[in-house]
Amino acid sequence: MTTLRDETTRTGARPVPASTGTAATRVLGGVTLLALGVLLYLAFVASPAAGPSQGFDAVRFMYVHVPSAWLAYLSFAVCALCSALYLWRRTRSRFWDLLAGASAEVGTLFIALTLVTGSIWGRITWGVYWTWDARLTTTAVLFVMFLGYLAVRRVALDVEVRSRRAAVVGIIAFLNVPIVHNSVQWWRTLHQEPTVLRTDLSPQIEGLMLYTLLFGVLTFTLLYAWLVVHRFRVAWLEDRLEAAGLGRAIAERRAEAGLDEDPAVEGVPAPAGPAPDPSGPAGRTTPEVTAP
Amino acid sequence: MLRDAVLVAGKDLRIEGRSRIATNQVAPFAVLILVLFAFALDADRGLLTRAAAGLFWVAVLFSTVLAVQRSQALESSDGARQALRLSGLDPAGIFLGKAAAVAVQLLALQVLLGIGVVVLYGAGPSGALLLVVTALAATAGLAAAGSLYAVLAAGLRARETLLPLLLLPVLAPVLIGATRAFEAALEGAPGMGWDWVRLLGVFAVVYVAFGTLAYGSLLEDA
Repeated sequence: MTTLRDETTRTGARPVPASTGTAATRVLGGVTLLALGVLLYLAFVASPAAGPSQGFDAVRFMYVHVPSAWLAYLSFAVCALCSALYLWRRTRSRFWDLLAGASAEVGTLFIALTLVTGSIWGRITWGVYWTWDARLTTTAVLFVMFLGYLAVRRVALDVEVRSRRAAVVGIIAFLNVPIVHNSVQWWRTLHQEPTVLRTDLSPQIEGLMLYTLLFGVLTFTLLYAWLVVHRFRVAWLEDRLEAAGLGRAIAERRAEAGLDEDPAVEGVPAPAGPAPDPSGPAGRTTPEVTAP
Repeated sequence: MLRDAVLVAGKDLRIEGRSRIATNQVAPFAVLILVLFAFALDADRGLLTRAAAGLFWVAVLFSTVLAVQRSQALESSDGARQALRLSGLDPAGIFLGKAAAVAVQLLALQVLLGIGVVVLYGAGPSGALLLVVTALAATAGLAAAGSLYAVLAAGLRARETLLPLLLLPVLAPVLIGATRAFEAALEGAPGMGWDWVRLLGVFAVVYVAFGTLAYGSLLEDA
């Protein structure tokens, strides 16, 4: 069984790490883990329970909910930025495309968490799981849009074409956020009785609760960085594996046909940049990777 | 660019006029949606009348998905897309032309649906000016965003399922805005409606601008 490592050492390309961790990310992971522990302590032990208007102990949901929402919006901003850099010809590279995808995946997970924790908190505090509040509705629409974005990243299509389309979708989805938010906000303010279900907690929190919240945001930012780095590295390796599998398949076909092994074909180019592909456009559609 | 747009729009509309897919399939489908809503909500006239604006726009939204899908399907056979790309027409012009053709079809459909809503749901038309301006602004947004996403999904095996997933959330602001503006008009209080028309206008401008810029590179690899 040839592994990816054998493949690249044999062909003399840059060595591929066998794991996605490096010294730096292990430190980052350790710090994140520690921060999560401290956050748990602050959230459950140190910070006080809230008054009845915020559901007593249920307010502790805030320390996960708000950082998750922050993380989700951050990752979508990163996704849109990377997509723009990918579309711009002078900075186009696989790096930005894969980073956009990694960021969007992490963001989609955390936006789902935001919706779930928010719903549970709402059920306890407001008595309903869902209310058509502007922020809630915008978040839900954003969630669906990024599910669409991830779907585009999964379609069977030429890699570059797919990346370009995904980048356009990522940018539109992000641009659409303010429009959706405005429309939903007007919709609710024009048509709802004075709302008691406001999600503004900010004026009422202070002291340790505020610090816990800020610490939560910081912790989740670290978590985001850690997750995205690893997701990105996995995506990068996947990308190389596909290229390696394709190169091997071509070499085998050539051997079958009795041709000499062509070193240019075997030395599979790294996936960065629009690499010239010996198999023509048809061969570049996401190859069914022959499992190594 | 505008000349190219007119050429492409004329071509699309001529094909639609001859194939009659829009008139024989999309339009009856939209009317069918209206009938299905009546089944779902019970034939209680009061309820249907109150919900008429929203149901009207939901029907338009679903028809938009069909119309833009159809608009791209025209280009998929006989290498028509390659021909379009090689024709030397300005990509921005192609985008505007295809969007305009979709918009014309949608406006015709809205007239039909409007009659359907009046007849089936008993919603009396009033505030005609606001209704017309809302319909124009909303249709421009629907056609532009729809055409942009249709070319994104063109040539994919999963396009039938992917396009609605991508397109409908993006169109949510249009649904909200157009529905509220229609409600304002039907209730005889058009004041608020104009704010919504402004939102629809912003939406249309954003998508027409983005589509004009991005269509070229999307068409290249469709």
